[in-house]
Amino acid sequence: MTALHHATEVVDPVPGAEAPHLPQQPELVQLLTPEGERVEHPEYSIDISEDELRSLYRDLTLVRRWDVEATALQRQGELGIWASLLGQEAAQVGAGRALAATDMAFPTYREHGVAWVRGVDPLDVISLFRGVDNGGWDPVATGFNLYTVVIGAQCLHATGYAMGVQRDSADSAVLAFLGDGATSQGEVNESLIWAATFSAPVVFFCQNNQYAISVPIERQSRVPLFQRAAGFGFPGVRVDGNDVLAVLAVTKAALAAAREGQGPTFIEAFTYRMGAHTTSDDPTRYRLASELEEWKLRDPIARLKAYLSRTGIADHDFFDSVEAEADELAARIRTGTVEMVDPPGTSMFDHVYAEQTPELAAQRAEFAEYHASFADGGHDRPDEVTPGPGEDVF
Amino acid sequence: MSTETLTIGKALNLGLRRAMEDDAKVVLMGEDIGKLGGVFRITDGLQKDFGDDRVVDTPLAEAGILGTAVGLAMRGYRPVCEIQFDGFVFPAYNQIVTQVAKIHARSRGKLAMPIVIRIPFGGGIGAVEHHSESPEAYFAHTAGLKVVAVSNPVDAYWGIQQAIAHPDPIVFLEPKRRYWEKAPVDTDATPEPLFASRVVRGGDDLTVLAYGPMVKTALQAAEAAAEEGRSLEVVDLRTLSPLDLDPVFESVRRTGRCVVVHEAPVTLGLGSEIAARITEQCFYSLEAPVLRVGGYDTPYPPSKLEEEYLPDLDRVLDAVDRALGF
Repeated sequence: MTALHHATEVVDPVPGAEAPHLPQQPELVQLLTPEGERVEHPEYSIDISEDELRSLYRDLTLVRRWDVEATALQRQGELGIWASLLGQEAAQVGAGRALAATDMAFPTYREHGVAWVRGVDPLDVISLFRGVDNGGWDPVATGFNLYTVVIGAQCLHATGYAMGVQRDSADSAVLAFLGDGATSQGEVNESLIWAATFSAPVVFFCQNNQYAISVPIERQSRVPLFQRAAGFGFPGVRVDGNDVLAVLAVTKAALAAAREGQGPTFIEAFTYRMGAHTTSDDPTRYRLASELEEWKLRDPIARLKAYLSRTGIADHDFFDSVEAEADELAARIRTGTVEMVDPPGTSMFDHVYAEQTPELAAQRAEFAEYHASFADGGHDRPDEVTPGPGEDVF
Repeated sequence: MSTETLTIGKALNLGLRRAMEDDAKVVLMGEDIGKLGGVFRITDGLQKDFGDDRVVDTPLAEAGILGTAVGLAMRGYRPVCEIQFDGFVFPAYNQIVTQVAKIHARSRGKLAMPIVIRIPFGGGIGAVEHHSESPEAYFAHTAGLKVVAVSNPVDAYWGIQQAIAHPDPIVFLEPKRRYWEKAPVDTDATPEPLFASRVVRGGDDLTVLAYGPMVKTALQAAEAAAEEGRSLEVVDLRTLSPLDLDPVFESVRRTGRCVVVHEAPVTLGLGSEIAARITEQCFYSLEAPVLRVGGYDTPYPPSKLEEEYLPDLDRVLDAVDRALGF
């Protein structure tokens, strides 16, 4: 059975029901089959070196190891929650690698693979889920915005940012990430209208992982998601989200079109969330084990490994070295997580405003004084009184 | 010195114009603000002079206006968003409270949100529903936002410019039923600070606190009370978040009595917070409980009833009588 056949079965709005008004299920853009064979696509090709192929494999493997380690850390009580990307590595690494250094990405809260590609330290992402901060990385320096938890809100930010890029005549484009559930949000639809109306250089990258927590895609849409784009007046394309080469090729093309002033594209990366929505979720309540087993056959990492092995682009030594690197990364993440220091209590007052208000300054002082009043420091952890903000520069 | 007699509406228009001249990063966004000049004509003529890139007629979607403003602000622009009427701000409420208000803190100060959200607010113009509301408490309750309410042309002219130049997001409330009130504005003056309340009429017997459209009502009440030999001090709050209450405490410690007036429903309105703080700070000076005069806890009524709903001269004076009767 091919990926296409699987895809058709999964996305059919009402399985078994006749829907003659619906167009035929489209083919996925695919450049690497689940069996690890290279195939050509009439519209999308990819020119990629052996080094780049190996480096893609490395990214996929390290990101998965990071994710697995974080899930384990959550289970051991070190993280409050974790949103796993298991199964979506190719969609994220492929999309992330399509970005130029000057491009800007607007993630949801699951784009650890894109974060990795943008050079964000995994511990800066983990710190958010541990509750130490809201994300420790610099969105400007990395070209990777902070995570946005409210579903779909970031699509408008991406579009507005793209309008700014356009006004600045900057040579860059914007990549907005969203999930299949987010396509039901009004704000996502507004962002599609805005992007089309202003021909903003933004690409919407929808990872259709088939479920919005427990609710299947059939509850979000009666048509394949990429077809929505037509209604807004710009191209939509569906790519095999478990094929890192196809994702890379399609996203690169869309970003290039955006940079050239051709406006937005909507990419539907057809993939599957192999883990839970978050560690608080129990997917056995809403999906069959057989479905997961089917998707395992389309594993994004296994297929690239098969291709690299078959073609001799990589050998055992290479795979072993990546495994060793993954082990080191996991160890670093584990150590770094448990050693993470909680921020001082006063820090919560410090960046509410760029220009501190007298009211909040007074609350901050009261807080510091109150905690300092415990002679043994036993009531709260030692709380250093840091200078207030006011020096923020933007 | 250059003094012109301006309406609040015209003062806002000139203030916006001057802000746009001063900073090329200022971008106006909203529905019908271009050729039409906005439904209240506050942006009249600006698109003609600054172009449709600076004065953007947006699609009809409030969340879209605020959400794209976030992205533009991240890119170094200073968006000024017009919400057509108070009751239409709620589709954008998510963006305002979960994003605009939080991004500076979320990024530990790395991203600024210098966004102004202009909202014509309050009742008294005989409109249909959703056109007369006073949503200030929702915003004042949200950390990360600042909220100001202007009451006169001078504050309108300077306030809008100060709000645009300010680094934090500001909900800028315009008293729509007072848009046509006139006063001389010195456009060369040094403006007063934006986040400061102001005593607009001195008095000894009782302090009346108001903001936005109710300042005029409060002044009328003071005028009427004076004819009966009662001396009311009137304070224009001007800033609702942060609240500048030190001058109010000073006033109340002297007068011993206070009435807070606003159009919004009284329960859990700004008056409740103010009354609590006055009680904390001025307890030993108070001769009477702090009284509140405001809208009822009902949806804003059909316009034939709005005169019953809105605080007017008589209701303010009635509260004054009660406070003085303790």
